[in-house]
Amino acid sequence: MSAMEHVPKGAAMSGVRVLVGTRKGGFLLTADGKRDRWQVSGPHFPGWEIYHMKGSPAEPNRLYASQSSGWFGQVVQRSDDGGRTWEAVGNKFEYEGDAGTHQWYDGTQHPWAFARVWHFEPSLTDPDTVYAGVEDAALFRSTDGGANWQELPGLRKQPSGPHWQPGAGGMCLHTILLDPANPRRMYVAISAAGAFRSDDGGTTWRPINRGLRSQGIPDPDAEVGHCVHRIAMHPSRPGVLFMQKHWDVMRSDDAGDSWHEVSGNLPTDFGFPIDVHAHEPETIYVVPIKSDSEHYVMDGKLRVYRSRSGGNEWEALTRGLPQQDCYVNVLRDAMAVDSLDSCGIYFGTTGGQVYASADSGDSWAPIVRDLPAVLSVEVQTLA
Amino acid sequence: MTARVRVALPEHLRNLAKVGSEVELEVATPVTTAAILDALEERYPVLGGTVRDYGTHRRRAFVRFFACGEDVSHEPADAPVDEAVASGREPFLVVGATAGG
Repeated sequence: MSAMEHVPKGAAMSGVRVLVGTRKGGFLLTADGKRDRWQVSGPHFPGWEIYHMKGSPAEPNRLYASQSSGWFGQVVQRSDDGGRTWEAVGNKFEYEGDAGTHQWYDGTQHPWAFARVWHFEPSLTDPDTVYAGVEDAALFRSTDGGANWQELPGLRKQPSGPHWQPGAGGMCLHTILLDPANPRRMYVAISAAGAFRSDDGGTTWRPINRGLRSQGIPDPDAEVGHCVHRIAMHPSRPGVLFMQKHWDVMRSDDAGDSWHEVSGNLPTDFGFPIDVHAHEPETIYVVPIKSDSEHYVMDGKLRVYRSRSGGNEWEALTRGLPQQDCYVNVLRDAMAVDSLDSCGIYFGTTGGQVYASADSGDSWAPIVRDLPAVLSVEVQTLA
Repeated sequence: MTARVRVALPEHLRNLAKVGSEVELEVATPVTTAAILDALEERYPVLGGTVRDYGTHRRRAFVRFFACGEDVSHEPADAPVDEAVASGREPFLVVGATAGG
């Protein structure tokens, strides 16, 4: 969701800022409310992997960026002027107490080790408070604008922790959702452990995976082990969650206590991103790809699928998108929506294109075509 | 006692620290790899965690150290470096290893 997702419909808007993280740097794409003429800024942090950039809903010029490198590790960047200038802040992510072990690919126990930040989720109300989802899966919080980070260890140390194991992309905590109606409630999702909820501000957590069915897990009622790719909510209905799982698109109407499948007539229900229209809580978007081993769209056609019924009934959105010889993927954090009156939808591809729709997905146009592979897309609606 | 030591950094770390190709550091004697890195991180805190791990001080896997044309990455961190580096005649090189893409 956008950083300004709580701006009421109809409020005066002047434009949008799209934050794009790629394999080799970050880019800022800005436009006025028409969203037809774009200015491109970047690459910021050239040569580094920018897993994620996100702005504070409370102070839109406060941005956080995850900058990482196989050579030089993790750097956290912060901007206080909307991305014109940046300052490296704290990058010390140390697990609380004894780091312990989790399950490894071969079934043995493996020490927890920090690799990178996958996702930043700034507080809805305080620009200096921001959550970080990291690999190996853990949740950290800073209350001083990223200078210092403390783990919220209750997530990793709840009983299922030693049974978590990495997916093919690593054991990453990639999704953090903050309940705008209940500041004590938050959700996270981890590949390949599943979804978890806290009702006490992140102190204690429990798995919320009932109803998920995953191939390769012998126990259909397994509490953890599900490869959840992404969760989304509409801020007006924080108890309704939508999930793109490894396979299956799922929905929960009880804050994750139970899930049911809403894949319906999708041509394939494998995919990574899922998002919700800014003004229509039952309108959701996914980008199906062929399979777990063929990470590209089906039949060479880039199609976003939209459901206006909260799932099950899906329509392909193709106008302006390549419909032949296209074999890109859209990663889990690479879709976002703005909150202008005519809701804008954005996504980036592994081929380096960023597409935008200013009409809820009816038609699309590329903002840029030739960036490095896109890892993440966020959008801020600027008043 | 300290010695003045020259340290050459790879481009990405130069950009991060906002410095040129070499920095000069006052390093505690005896001059060792660990002492050089201590001084580097103290002078440029933004480089903390980028050359070696915070807790273990273990060299990051794809970072290498060179002195006087020799790869000293596997030398003990507390072993004295070559006198030419310790005296500032030759730089201590921090290098991003040739790996990956």
